[in-house]
This record gives sequence, C-alpha cells and structure tokens, in this order.
Amino acid sequence: MTNTLSKNEAKYKFLMIMTFALIIVAVLISINAGYMKIPIADVIATLFGYGNPQNELTIFEFRLPRIFMALLVGLGISISGAILQGISQNPLADPGILGINSGAGFTVVLYMFFFQGTVFMTGWLSIFIMPFAALIGGFTAAFLIYILSWKNGRVTPVRLILVGIGINAAFGAGLTIFQMKMEPINFMKAIVWLSGSIWGTNWTFVWMIFLWLVVLIPLVLYKSRVLDVLKLGDSIAIGVGANIEKERRFLLFISVAIAGVCVSVGGGITFLGLIAPHMARRLVGASHSKMLPLSALLGALLLLLADTLGRVILAPMELPVGIVISVLGAPYFIYLLIKTT
Amino acid sequence: MNTKSKNLKKTTKEFKNPFTSSAVIIIGIVLLGLSMIVSINFGASNLSYQDVLKAIFHFDPDNSSHVIIRELRLPRAIAAICVGAALAVSGAIMQGMTRNPLASPSIMGVTSGSSFLIAIALAALPGISYLGLMMFSFVGAGLGAGLVFGISAMAKGGVTPVKLALVGSAITSLLSSLSTAIGIKFNVSKDISYWYAGGVSSIQPQHILFAIPFIVVGLILALILSRSISVLSLGEDVAKGLGQRTVYIQFFGTIAVLLLTGAAVSIAGMIGFVGLVIPHITRFLVGVDYRWIIPCSAILGGILLITADIVGRMVNPPFETPVSAITALIGVPFFLYLARKEGRGL
Repeated sequence: MTNTLSKNEAKYKFLMIMTFALIIVAVLISINAGYMKIPIADVIATLFGYGNPQNELTIFEFRLPRIFMALLVGLGISISGAILQGISQNPLADPGILGINSGAGFTVVLYMFFFQGTVFMTGWLSIFIMPFAALIGGFTAAFLIYILSWKNGRVTPVRLILVGIGINAAFGAGLTIFQMKMEPINFMKAIVWLSGSIWGTNWTFVWMIFLWLVVLIPLVLYKSRVLDVLKLGDSIAIGVGANIEKERRFLLFISVAIAGVCVSVGGGITFLGLIAPHMARRLVGASHSKMLPLSALLGALLLLLADTLGRVILAPMELPVGIVISVLGAPYFIYLLIKTT
Repeated sequence: MNTKSKNLKKTTKEFKNPFTSSAVIIIGIVLLGLSMIVSINFGASNLSYQDVLKAIFHFDPDNSSHVIIRELRLPRAIAAICVGAALAVSGAIMQGMTRNPLASPSIMGVTSGSSFLIAIALAALPGISYLGLMMFSFVGAGLGAGLVFGISAMAKGGVTPVKLALVGSAITSLLSSLSTAIGIKFNVSKDISYWYAGGVSSIQPQHILFAIPFIVVGLILALILSRSISVLSLGEDVAKGLGQRTVYIQFFGTIAVLLLTGAAVSIAGMIGFVGLVIPHITRFLVGVDYRWIIPCSAILGGILLITADIVGRMVNPPFETPVSAITALIGVPFFLYLARKEGRGL
C-alpha cells in the first residue's frame, strides 16, 4: 500500500518536472519560431541582454508577451474547467457551461456589429475595449445563470447545468442573428474570435492577468480537499460535514472569475478546460491536490504549443489557437481515453 | 403504513400516469395539424384556408395557388415537422444512453462530421448542387458517428456512457475545428454558416423524399429501443444486472441517432437546441419512461420547429430570421421555467 502510494508520488513528481521542462522547451521554440526566425543562440543572447535592437524589439515587445499570455490563459482555463467538473459532478463540464463563452461571444459580436468601421473598431483603442466587452458579456451570462438556478437558498448542480444550457442557447441564438447580418470582413473576425485566439498581447494585459491569477489560484489549491469531497456527491459531502452551498458558491465564483478573464483575451478556447483536467486525472488520479497543479501545467503547455503552431503553419496568416488546440489536444485526449480505464 | 403509501404515491408521481402522456400526444397532434395549416397558409402570396385544404385533398395542377402549396409550402411544413421530430428523438436517445443532461445529438459526432465534409465539398467542388451537398452531409454524419462509436468500442473496458460522451465531444471538437480551418483557409466559412443556419426555407420535394425514409426507419428503431433505453437510463450496472446486453443497445441507439440526425442535418443544417432541450421538456411533462418520452419528444420537437419556422418568416419579412435562433428564443423561457420548477435532471 505504502509502496504504491510512494510510487504514485514519484510518478506525480516526474510528470510535473517533465511538463515543466517541456514548457521551457516550448517557450524557447516559440521565441525562435514565427514569420521572422531568430536563431536559438541569438534568442539566448537577447534574453541575457546581449542582443541587437531588432531582436530585442521582436522578442520583448511581440513574442514574450504573447507567450506569457498563452501560458497564463492555458493555466487559468484548465484550473477553471477542473473546478467546474468537480462542483457540477459532470465530466462534460467546461467553462462554457457557465455561459462565459456565449456571453462574451455575444457582446463581442454585438460590439463588432455596431462599431464596425468606426474609430472604436479600427483604432488602437479596440485592443483595450474588446477584452472589456467580452468580460462584461461573460460575467453577465454567468450571473444570469447563477441567479436563475438559485431556488430556496440552494443551487443544485443539475439545475445549474440545465439553466446553463438554456442561457447558452439564448446567447448563441442572438449571436447567430447578428452574425448573419455582418459584413464578410467582420464576419471573419468574429469567426476567428469565437474559435479562440490570443488577444491584447502587450505587457499591461499580461501583468493584469498574472496578478489576477496569482491571487485566485492559491485559493483554489487551498480548497482542493473541499473539491475532492464535493465531487463525491451532495449527500456524502454533507455527511462528512462540508458546508456545500457556501463552498460551491465560493468555488464557482473563483472559477467564473478565472475563466472570464481568460476568455476575454483568448476567445472561445473552452475545449482546453474540458480536456486538460481529464488528461491530468487519467495521469495522476482524481485527487485534486495533484490533479489541479498538473492540469494547470498541461493546459499552459498545450495552449503555448497550439498558439505557436497556429502562428507558424500558415504564416503570415494566423490560425485561431482554439482550432489548433482541438486538432492537437483531441487525438491525445482520445488516446488517453482508449489507454486508461 | 402511512409513510409507505406516501412513498408509493411519490413513486407513481415520478412515473407520471399514461393519462398525461396520452394527453400530450393527442393535444400535440392537434397542434401539429393546426400549425401545419398556418404554416402553409402564411407567406408572400395570400392564400385562403379553403385553398390549403383543397390543394391537399383535391389537387388541381392548373391552379397556381395549388401549385405553390404543393411545391413550396407543403414540403416546407413537412420538412420542419420531420426535422424537429428527428432531432428531438435522437436527443432523447442520446441523453438516455449517456445518462447525461448535457448530451445532445451533436455530441455523437454526427453534426460535426457532416459539417466537415460540407466544408470539404464547398472548398473542393465550388458550385456543387444542393442535392450533392446533402449526400456529402449524410456521408459525413456517418463518418462522425462511426469514429465516435468505433473509438469508444476500442477503448479499454468497452463502451461506457461517460466514455461515449467524452470521445464524442473530442471528435466533435476536432472535426468542427478542422472545418473552421478549411473555411478560413479557402474563404468559404460564410457559405458554411449559411448552409447550417439555412433551416427549411429552400427545401424542395425531392429533398424530402430523399430524407424521409431515413427518418421513418430511425423513428421506428427508436420506438423499438425505447424500452431498453429506459432500462439503460437507470445506469449501466442496473441494466447489466437486469440481463441487458448494453453494447447492442448502445450500438443500435447510435444507428438510430445517425439516421435521424444525419437526415435532419442534411436537409436543415444545424439546429442544435431542439435535440438538447425538447427531451428535457418532455421528461418534465411525462416522466422518465422512454416508451412515452420518445413519441412525445417527436411530437413536441415537430411543434417547436414548425412554430419557429413560422415565427422566423413573420419577424422581419421579406427576410427570414434563422430558424435555429428562433427555436432557441422560443424554447429557452419555457425551458428555464421548467428547469426551475422541477429541478430534476434525469
């Protein structure tokens, strides 16, 4: 028994170190790759302050913010997905069920529709306004879903999911109506946003998201035992003395806060929130204290790889990262599903 | 004693009596007939209700309004009902089989498979005919469902509901991403979206004749399976304990979903909401017995879609609002009301 336990422990440590090492390799590759290739030696020289000004500009102002953004968003979306799968007791849950995707998508499409061609759309301001539009939409949808599933002082997982389906469908319908009326150029923009792509890649946003996650993620890790209990079902959770209503509301709030911010700069990438927790669970088991950190690292790695590939494959055209992540993540996810029981 | 009878009452309430279910079916059929007549009557050229009835029962090929009814309006109404019924029933099968309230026909890989092949067809063969696209869509539906079921069957421990749902969402995401990528690369994404938001507006008699056999066979298969799906919806262990061969049921259930959704998607595009929500609404109304859920879902799905089609034509004439959006806007308030009232999932 202790033997298997320590074996599990060793496996977990090994996987964490491996994933971390892979992330570092991926960062180096991602700095190196792109429309303008920078040799690895130059990359390292520039990172330590010995590069030429052109490489410095490319790396510090364009590539690095985007890389950090991808890592942070990937990390956030997977943690948020893991929390949701735990509290809704549903393996199909991803941040999308809370309406964050459809709400954000709806406001972004509305914004594109009403401001197309104006200064707000084309100027530098749009970089800042778009994420905020998305954030407002995402939070509104999540808030609506929570309020509507509230009854007699309780929010049951089943009702949460059902109301989520309804609100998502309503926002999706609004989305279709406006999308069909759009000009082709904006239509393409909307499709790219909805499929997920990393937005607002400058240091201001990176810092904002970093601070946001630094506050919220430790709270989640602290609650990982509560998540373990909640996942067993309401009656058992009450039986072992968890204040399920309070805990669930708190965790839900954190999950929405994390996912909302990530979606506002990343668009529709919630598929990552579905698969990263499942991958981690199949690799190290269901205990959240191990599964959460691993799924966070896996999510960061996957999103960075997907973003890099999306930049490179059709360069100078960009493929939305959400698409690459499905093409990249789905086969591995299916492989894990086949291999493990 | 007292508590026992109370419990018994509670159980019978869970399995609502056949009275409610029969009422749903009878009222539903009447509503279907009425909305069909309204749907046929409503449109750019004014027709009287007598014309509608005459055109159906005493067809006169020289009368132009009779021709309009026979060639345009009637096919459209029939298509709306068939598509609604097919999607609702396949949604019910999916939710029963996977025991998951989030399951919908699209999760079986059917719609994404079809959109994948449609994207390929639009990119590789520009100017392809409508019937050609329908064929592609149907083949794609088969491909998607085959992949999902094949992969889940290959997995260690065989097909389980959770695995089916997970593989389904992975394949769905993979295929729809590939079709979006094709759309972006070959600049056909707006065409793809139009095809999927299309609804039943451009339907022609021969399209329906192509799809109806599949839908009829699918519905019959669903009715035959309904008993086993009720058992399966109690959980796989229970089903196995009762001596059910769950893999066969899952296999034939997949075939039924494939036939129904494949046909519906190839004539009307992606109308996801019907398959997701009608089974829930039906379950709220008639209880958890799939022998009632399946026929009632078919009727309610038909009603929802034909009403949405009528409303879509009325909102902003002469333009048509996508029927997929209207179904959601009509269905959501009702669905939310029921979800709050009962709060019971499966």
